Amino acid sequence: MTHDDQRVEALRIEAVSHSFGKRKALDNVSLRVGQSGFCALLGQNGAGKTTLFSLITRLYDNSSGSIRVLGFDVRRQSGLALRNLGVVFQNRTLDADLTVMQNLIYHASLQGMSKSQAIERGTKELDRIGLAERQSEKVRSLSGGQMRRVEIARALMHSPRLLLLDEPTVGLDIGSRQAILSHVRRLVVEDGLGVLWSTHLIDEIASDDTAYILHEGRVLAKGSVDNIIEQSGAGTLKAAYAAIIGPAQSAGREVAA
Amino acid sequence: MQVSDANPITPPLSAIGYWRCMIGIIWREGLRFLHQRGRFIAALVRPLVWLFIFAAGFRSVLGVSIIEPYETYVLYEVYITPGLIGMIQLFNGMQSSLAMVYDREMGTMRSLLVSPFPRWFLLSSKLVAGVSVSLAQVYVFLAIAWFWEIEPPLAGYLTVLPALILSGLMLGSLGLLLSSVIRQLENFAGVMNFVIFPMFFLSSALYPLWRMRESSPLLYEICHWNPFTYAVEVIRFALYVQINWTALLVTLGCTITFMSLAIFAYNPSKGLIARRGGPGGGS
Repeated sequence: MTHDDQRVEALRIEAVSHSFGKRKALDNVSLRVGQSGFCALLGQNGAGKTTLFSLITRLYDNSSGSIRVLGFDVRRQSGLALRNLGVVFQNRTLDADLTVMQNLIYHASLQGMSKSQAIERGTKELDRIGLAERQSEKVRSLSGGQMRRVEIARALMHSPRLLLLDEPTVGLDIGSRQAILSHVRRLVVEDGLGVLWSTHLIDEIASDDTAYILHEGRVLAKGSVDNIIEQSGAGTLKAAYAAIIGPAQSAGREVAA
Repeated sequence: MQVSDANPITPPLSAIGYWRCMIGIIWREGLRFLHQRGRFIAALVRPLVWLFIFAAGFRSVLGVSIIEPYETYVLYEVYITPGLIGMIQLFNGMQSSLAMVYDREMGTMRSLLVSPFPRWFLLSSKLVAGVSVSLAQVYVFLAIAWFWEIEPPLAGYLTVLPALILSGLMLGSLGLLLSSVIRQLENFAGVMNFVIFPMFFLSSALYPLWRMRESSPLLYEICHWNPFTYAVEVIRFALYVQINWTALLVTLGCTITFMSLAIFAYNPSKGLIARRGGPGGGS
């Protein structure tokens, strides 16, 4: 089996647990994202989504289980794993004082790319998100939705096979949310990217997506959205989610529809 | 499992890749510095205010006898210049490292750390970038100070360069270490009060240590254990084309210690970040 093989999952997480002191943030989490697959990770704030992202991006290591990006173990082959990984963090991480293109060039250099490669790739990626003519403007002058799109372009500069997005639509208006979601879905189809999209917004998940419901560090349901709905005996994903995490929980801290 | 490289765009982590990565980090730091004129002006005004106002006021109060490396009696302004250079680097070291953790920049560190290059290399590059910026600040300060009759020998401007690189690395790695271990200091004011001011005042930056011993043996001891004292002395001697070996070795030792601890703290499996979920951790 080679890493070019279509059968290798873009992301494969096996039995990962993680604790901060006594608090268990993740408990035996397993998850798979296929190449050309859109996978939604649904959970409330504090469910463990960001911890999982931190482990995949190796901000810190998983204490048990394994995480593989395109077959490369994140701990043992971290260089190769990280090269095949693009990430959009929950917090904005663009440099507001620099121009759009300068941000892209900086990121490309962190991947070992030359400036000319960066400009070529950057122009192409900006063109795709409709911001090519704004490449010389400072990031500060962009709207929230535009910044997010630039962050996606930046994450794709080094042509990763897996794209992680941690609640990418938080704080955006409905139009921008839709634009970003459909852009990412297009990347899955056109580029064959594997995408892990974390969210607490149920309406961002389509019926043919794969979804994982993460609650208090544990995966409570997984599979196609239709399956999850069917197994829970509910009529909609929202009702299924409420049934799965338990009525008491959902009454207190409801996930937005 | 055969390891083939699935990614055609990025070159393997070759020497040229390392080089591009480091240059990219330095380039970004330089651009940020140029774009933030306020930061540049503040970095210059701070020591100049000390030089023009504080030193002028204290000139008559504080006489400095002949001590190494000076060959004659020197004006108080001349005495505190190396200390003020240290202050520039101290502020710069804290700012460039801590800005990553505070402000809304928290993500900067995270986006740096997802680079496939080894973490020690990324942190070292970040450090080198910060030191480069501090060198520019120091030389502009020295140029202005020259007009204020702070005139070290011309060769001193050259010999001070390696000293500045070393002291810059020490203070930068201290900042890097603090950025990983300290969470309670919620903003830069906290760092000012608990790190910068004590380090600056409890050192040989503003007064020779023998004067300190006259007034308080305890404070003298504290100054004696303060790494900043040694950084300032390295700079002071180098500016007059001399080497203070004790100061040099202490500064070097502190640099290695702080940097090792910072790399340890940022180590994904052992470090402090892993235990706490920082920077910008959350759940």
